[in-house]
Amino acid sequence: MTGYVIKRLLGAVPTLFAIVLLSFLLMRLAPGGPFDEEQALAPEIKSNLERAYGLDQPLHVQFGRYLGGLLRGDFGPSFKFKDFSVTELIATGLPVSLELGALAMLLAVTLGLPLGMLAALRHNAPADHLVMALAVLGIAVPVFVIAPLAALLFGIYLQWLPVGGWAPGEAADMVLPTVTLALPIIAYVARLTRGSLLETLRSPFVRAARARGVPATRVVWRHALPAALTPVISYLGPATAAVLTGSLVVETIFGLPGLGRYLVQGALNRDYTLVMGMVIVYAALMVVLNLIVDVAYAWLDPRVRHGGNK
Amino acid sequence: MKRAGGLWLDAARRLAGKRAAMASFCLLVALGLLTVIGPALSHFPPDELDWSMMGAPPDLDSGHWLGTDRLGRDLFVRTLHGARMSLGIALLATAVSLLIGVTWGAVAGYAGGRVDAALMRFVDVLYALPNIFFVIILTVVFDRSPMLLFVAIGAVGWLTMARVVRGQALVLMRRDFIEAAIASGAGPSRVIFRHVVPNLLGTVIVYATLMIPQMILIESFLSFLGIGIQEPLSSLGNLIADGAMEMEAAPWMLLVPATCLVIIVFCFNFLGDGLRDALDPQDG
Repeated sequence: MTGYVIKRLLGAVPTLFAIVLLSFLLMRLAPGGPFDEEQALAPEIKSNLERAYGLDQPLHVQFGRYLGGLLRGDFGPSFKFKDFSVTELIATGLPVSLELGALAMLLAVTLGLPLGMLAALRHNAPADHLVMALAVLGIAVPVFVIAPLAALLFGIYLQWLPVGGWAPGEAADMVLPTVTLALPIIAYVARLTRGSLLETLRSPFVRAARARGVPATRVVWRHALPAALTPVISYLGPATAAVLTGSLVVETIFGLPGLGRYLVQGALNRDYTLVMGMVIVYAALMVVLNLIVDVAYAWLDPRVRHGGNK
Repeated sequence: MKRAGGLWLDAARRLAGKRAAMASFCLLVALGLLTVIGPALSHFPPDELDWSMMGAPPDLDSGHWLGTDRLGRDLFVRTLHGARMSLGIALLATAVSLLIGVTWGAVAGYAGGRVDAALMRFVDVLYALPNIFFVIILTVVFDRSPMLLFVAIGAVGWLTMARVVRGQALVLMRRDFIEAAIASGAGPSRVIFRHVVPNLLGTVIVYATLMIPQMILIESFLSFLGIGIQEPLSSLGNLIADGAMEMEAAPWMLLVPATCLVIIVFCFNFLGDGLRDALDPQDG
């Protein structure tokens, strides 16, 4: 098990390096520079600025510096938020995004699993059809449609919940962003759980357990469910990716001061260093979270960690 | 035994038996035609501002059948233009993905061994990268034109296709008719494009159909955030973003493009599912 974790950790290093290199090259090879404003700068000012940001150095030197900075936790200055370094912006945004993402994932699993189980155990009953209809809806309607509709319905017409802001300790602020972000994941988890549990319930070992006279509840909880959970757990990797991209929309719509909003603002302002920093943080988050999911998967399924056939 | 070509005829017949898939198909064709001829039905151009009709609600008498946006532009025409843009970008992006993905996968499957390992290792590495963020970087670095969008989205979307095609190609390569083709002197490109790829078409069509809605969602996602299609052009994404800003006073500005997007995505998913069942009958 430890060997597997170490192997996966080492495997993540080249991926992270590739992410940094690729985003660095894309940004540097772009036509135009960060100082191309509507009004052209005087050449002396431009060259001074470029020197100040180290842009007059050859490409590999710039990359070395950037990488060295990253290893020390320094993402460089933001070109447009002039009083802040990218590291400072990340430090303020990361906790908000992590809290939002963690809450959404928690909600998705705690709601999606029981809904999927309910649908599977009441196969072809009204409850099943209802859950599946909701699941199809949740999967096909994107977050950027759900979020404004939810804000319109619960925030403006019904006035139940605030539609923006993020004050520490204000639980009501978190409800709409968390729920809208979680909805597609809930739908997916429910659909996966249902499909996989239905299949498991038909498999020989469950039938054998029933034949031995194991009580029905015990068959579901102790025999079928653990086996049925593997596809759901392997979906958690893609789910974290969905939560991270969805958070861009949710943070923008509900005005949360998270990473996603900085990334969107940076992209709109063409703030090169900010976008690069945010993309690297997001990518690193994705790699780390996927690693955690994979380790959890290996822990649950011995075939994976021993490199057996899938 | 059926005659050659019977597979496609069978598949078409099975598909015709699926009501949801057929209804989706007809709806998509109708919608596609409407996006082309629809704007001509209304006498409002998509970018004409009308200061006397700002944010007008849907009204049959005024000619603004689905209302106007906050600058007084006709929403019916703009939504159809937006749908055409979103569909067009998605189709082109899918075509780009198909071209790269099918070629990549077929070559890997044909070559096998080290070439296969190297090609697929490359795909694995790219797979681990968060694609959408690279598309965002591209929109920061280059001009935000429709052209860039479909190339960028298509260039990151081919990975799954490459994996699927490679898996199928590996299986095909062990079949007798391929061996016969090689034995009779067919070169690599002839084997790949005359023998392997045509036999993959079913799978490729299914995946392509399911890929189109994904592409539409990515494009709308970027346009919604303001880094995709730019004003005065419309796409479903930036129409939804506009509508979300005005939803308190004018909910139809949000509901019209959102409904259109949801219908398109639903239909492609139903059609894809139907096609999968029709082309792959042994799989439930």
